[in-house]
Amino acid sequence: MPIRLLLTLPILIPLATAAAMLMAWRVRRLQRAINVAGSTGLLAAAVALFLRVHSDGILAVQMGDWPAPFGITFVADLFSAVMVVLTGLMGLAVSVYSTGSIDVRREAFGYYPLLHILLMGVCGAFLTGDVFNLFVWFEAMLIASFVLMTLGGERAQLEGAVKYVTMNLFSSAIFLAATGLLYGIVGTLNMADAAQQLDAADNPGLITTIALLFLVSFGIKAAVFPLFFWLPASYHTPPVAVTALFSGLLTKVGVYAGVRFLTLIFVQESEFTLKLTLVVAGFTMVTGVLGAAVQTEFRRLLSFHIVSQIGYALMGLGLFTPLALAGSVYFLFHVSVAKSALFLVSGVVYKLRGTYDLKKLGGLMQPAPGLSALFLISAFSLAGIPPLAGFWAKFALVRAGLESAQYGIVAAALGVSILTLFSMTKIWAEVFWKPGDESAQEDVSSFAVPGVEARPHSIRRRMLAPIVLLTAITIILGVAADPFFAIAQRAADQLLDRGQYIRAVLGGGM
Amino acid sequence: MLTAVVSGFVLALLAPWLYRIARGAAGWLLSLLPAALFVYFAAFIPQIASGRTAAASLPWVPALGVNLSFYLDGLSLAFALLITGIGALIIIYAGGYLAGDAHLGRLYAFLLMFMASMLGLVLADNLITLFIFWELTGVSSYLLIGFDHQRDEARAAALQALLVTGLGGLAMLAGFVMLGIAGGSLDLTTLLGRGDAVKSHTLYPAILVLVLLGAFTKSAQFPFHFWLPGAMEAPAPVSAYLHSATMVKAGIYLLARLAPIMGGAELWQYSVTVAGAVTMLVGAAIALAQTDLKRILAFSTVSALGTLTMLIGIGTTPAIIAAMTLLLAHSFYKGALFLASGSLDHETGTREVNELGGLLRAMPVTGAATIAAALSMAGIPPLLGFISKELLYESLLHAPIIEEVLTVAGVLAGVAMAALAGVVAIKPFFGEKTETPKSAHEAPASMLLGPALLATLGLAAGLLPNALGASLVAAAAGAALGAPIEVKLSLWHGFNFVLLLSAATLAAGSAAYLMRRKIYRLGESMQRVSQWGPSRWYRSTLDGVLSIADMQTRVLQSGYMRFYLLIVIAATLGPAGYIFWSRVRPAMPQAPMDLRFYEWLVAAVILGAAIATVKSTSRLTAVATLGVVGFGIALIYILYGAPDLAKTQFAIETLTVVLFVLVLYRLPRFTKYSEKPARMRDLAVALGVGGMMTTLVLAVTAIPRESRLAGYFAEHSVATAKGRNIVNVILVDFRGLDTLGEITVLSVAAIGVFALLRLRSSQQKSDPPGDAQ
Repeated sequence: MPIRLLLTLPILIPLATAAAMLMAWRVRRLQRAINVAGSTGLLAAAVALFLRVHSDGILAVQMGDWPAPFGITFVADLFSAVMVVLTGLMGLAVSVYSTGSIDVRREAFGYYPLLHILLMGVCGAFLTGDVFNLFVWFEAMLIASFVLMTLGGERAQLEGAVKYVTMNLFSSAIFLAATGLLYGIVGTLNMADAAQQLDAADNPGLITTIALLFLVSFGIKAAVFPLFFWLPASYHTPPVAVTALFSGLLTKVGVYAGVRFLTLIFVQESEFTLKLTLVVAGFTMVTGVLGAAVQTEFRRLLSFHIVSQIGYALMGLGLFTPLALAGSVYFLFHVSVAKSALFLVSGVVYKLRGTYDLKKLGGLMQPAPGLSALFLISAFSLAGIPPLAGFWAKFALVRAGLESAQYGIVAAALGVSILTLFSMTKIWAEVFWKPGDESAQEDVSSFAVPGVEARPHSIRRRMLAPIVLLTAITIILGVAADPFFAIAQRAADQLLDRGQYIRAVLGGGM
Repeated sequence: MLTAVVSGFVLALLAPWLYRIARGAAGWLLSLLPAALFVYFAAFIPQIASGRTAAASLPWVPALGVNLSFYLDGLSLAFALLITGIGALIIIYAGGYLAGDAHLGRLYAFLLMFMASMLGLVLADNLITLFIFWELTGVSSYLLIGFDHQRDEARAAALQALLVTGLGGLAMLAGFVMLGIAGGSLDLTTLLGRGDAVKSHTLYPAILVLVLLGAFTKSAQFPFHFWLPGAMEAPAPVSAYLHSATMVKAGIYLLARLAPIMGGAELWQYSVTVAGAVTMLVGAAIALAQTDLKRILAFSTVSALGTLTMLIGIGTTPAIIAAMTLLLAHSFYKGALFLASGSLDHETGTREVNELGGLLRAMPVTGAATIAAALSMAGIPPLLGFISKELLYESLLHAPIIEEVLTVAGVLAGVAMAALAGVVAIKPFFGEKTETPKSAHEAPASMLLGPALLATLGLAAGLLPNALGASLVAAAAGAALGAPIEVKLSLWHGFNFVLLLSAATLAAGSAAYLMRRKIYRLGESMQRVSQWGPSRWYRSTLDGVLSIADMQTRVLQSGYMRFYLLIVIAATLGPAGYIFWSRVRPAMPQAPMDLRFYEWLVAAVILGAAIATVKSTSRLTAVATLGVVGFGIALIYILYGAPDLAKTQFAIETLTVVLFVLVLYRLPRFTKYSEKPARMRDLAVALGVGGMMTTLVLAVTAIPRESRLAGYFAEHSVATAKGRNIVNVILVDFRGLDTLGEITVLSVAAIGVFALLRLRSSQQKSDPPGDAQ
């Protein structure tokens, strides 16, 4: 397949899917079919892209054939390709789950098209090599996620969405301002070109200031300390499929952008920014997990954990060694998969018992042993129990931290692990182990959706299949970690050798 | 060896299914695997005893330096035999103990998973592989303690064990990685030759503390011992297997394994010996005050674990030989006692020693096994326990440090063991027969095999000590010492001081047994003191963390958006402003601005609308005036020759205003206006942001730099892109992808407006909105 197509399909497929569904606005059954076909196609395209990058190295395409840095460049290195595969995976899991769990009213008001626009924005953000174009994809993601969050118009949804959108608009404003300032210094928007221009620039203080503005903007998107408030305020309000998708992708885009900018563009005099990143990573881990420890609502507890886990991803960036960055890449992938699986489990629990309140839940171990096992695997992986995926990511980070003699962040990482284990076992004990309403056996009829013609059995399958898929990935990334970790290591090596990226975009330097 | 480890995991997966088919016979069937593994490992005895070792390795995650490399020497062989041998007996026993339980299949699965993990732990050559299996034993222990998960106590005990050993395990992981850094390898076989490099490394004290934390939590050393009695919530076979015979000895294994690498230094010697001695005494003292059979055994296990730790800390050749002998003796007698007490509980319905008596006639086999095991525990010849006690006293008397203190402590613990042996063996089976909740009769065969076999082993090993001593103990002790040794065990060492000590111990022990009622009373009065013990620390640490968590979450996640925004803005201003002011000297504008009057007018409109937005008391007005700001900016675009940009701006502004009106419409009206100080604070923040942005822009524009893109665009606009309006060409061609993105944003916004207008929530949720709960 031509490279041009490989790099653009991850945007074109979701866009075409969304457009097709908009044309089938009133035919919900058709929308559901297009939805699954589109996300399957996206995953296939993502895998194809990944395989090509894996064998051929960094790929770049100049949009409209305008040579860099004048047009917009799309670039895929291993890190972005891995993230695009993750997007395809999350997209597929959530779109299948949605066909079993989203109510008719949301379906009728463009739920599926919005889902795919969101995927398009995320893929665009991972693939673009242009600072302003990244902003555009951020906006696409933001508006799609905002509408998804408000869709349904429940009071709590709107309140959460207002906090969400306000914080994220502030992030956009800072991003835009920083982009303008950067353009003022380097006179270009192309990331690779900007990186090269900055090598020659002699205003380190000013450049670091601009770097910090970018990092604040990405930090808000990534929900780091002390910029994370919007996340626990809003993530528990939309339907669980939406939360699972957000949790798997949105914050990760923020981390991705931070990694990209600090490894490619702002590499001069980065001691202060990296040290700051490490401090922020530590506080993010700790405040997030402490927030989670006191929650008694399934989804809110998981939401606080998203924040905490972002700290680990940042830890690798702050340490800035090959092993640490590889750990971060592995961690990002693992945490998206595991956390989304947990959110999806919470949705099934809600179907069975009609509540997310841990105090009211209980006794699901006997009637739903399979679901219990699925929960426990992802939960243990999140807590870093070996030999699941999360262990390897944390081990790489801890080892990298000790090798760099950064004992503070290692202590935080390990301490937070035990608190993560605490809150995961809390859900386990409250939802599955604790005696509950035993009379309420797992009844397929609880899966019936009013107004949806599909039979409860088929709905149950559609909700469980994505969880099984994600859990299987957690196990494979754990038990057979080697080839995957080697990919993460190669991705990290590419990130640290920015010459490769610049050459791929600008072709030998200008 | 790989197959030996993996087969357990595979069978664990199949166990529930097998149970569904084979029902009552499943236990006997499943025990075939551990039994076969026992035979497999036993076949290694001659090879290992002759000083050779066996190894097997499979690459696993070479990218991270972690491989499935296994290594069999005397130490791992001794443990492997205990794990598989006792494992087989336990699985058979469990089949009788929980006969008919719907979840017995699950129990088998967890037991087999534990067995495989424990085997992996003692066979691992790589420190990280060892850690992985270490954690897996912790997870299986969590699931097994919580097996009876309907009960609150079982869940709490499972969590306590998981957290305490988990925390120690993570500390140990950090210690392992640092050990790898200090010794240059994560492989134990390589590290064995680099002990001096490790001990002289600056990281050594930190490594020691971290690794000891792992070993001490796992092996229930004071002050982490409290989780072990709690773990007795598990069914009897689990307690016997994990919490007496094998898992709790993982810490002991680790200490013995690392002794040749890290041992010998004063820091090691003192910390390990003293921790062990204190644990030995504390465990023994608390055990004496217990009347629940299982708790007696649990605390006496704590005491025995302390003894083992102490011996490894002493580290002399006699001490290590004593440790390895005690390891075997204890596994035999304590395993038998735990299983027998489980049978008592199972057949009589109580574990309270004061409610048990005269049961020998009703339960002869269980009784005989208990008595034989108790004799070994008390250290009476000709049982293995006697030999191990002789060796213990001998090595304490010649300990290189604080030998007097250690000897006294050892004898005191020995006295307690003798008394406790009386409590568990004499009280339930002799004397007057008491009424028990269930009418007692002998347990089924599956539940007799384990206790009987283990008790017999203790006797046989005592009578024929060199069948064991020549091979296993020597090989294990040699591995822990780092050099091969000769061992000759014998029942009779002649009339010497040690024998005198043994006799005195027995005499004092009998006296203590007879005075046990007084001890119980003393124990009750001590209860108030023990309330302040380590289990209380656990509780209050946990509560403390939770209340800190609660407080910080209330403060941070307050639910007030203005507070959120304030922090976010402060976080933006802080670091960026710090760098900016400390590193950049902002240039002030030099030339006076020459603006035309209508430009002033637009600026004034924007400023005026901005002030009106801030001043307005109604959300609606604020949204409208904010729209004016946007339109004003669009006017600037028009003035500076960018009509396309202006058009987009107009469209976006209009949509945003509509969307905002709809969202704000749902919110409650302004009810409370901010106080003056708050407004002043907000003003300062706003001015701060504005000031920084302005100076930043001025600083950047002060750098003489032309856009590197403009020239290209001007040149190619007509020639290549065939368009005369450069802005147009940029929007639809040079940067057409941006426009595609923005069009998408617009259409999504349109869907959003449509949905908000049409899709009203039919069922308004009654739960409180907002984000703080």
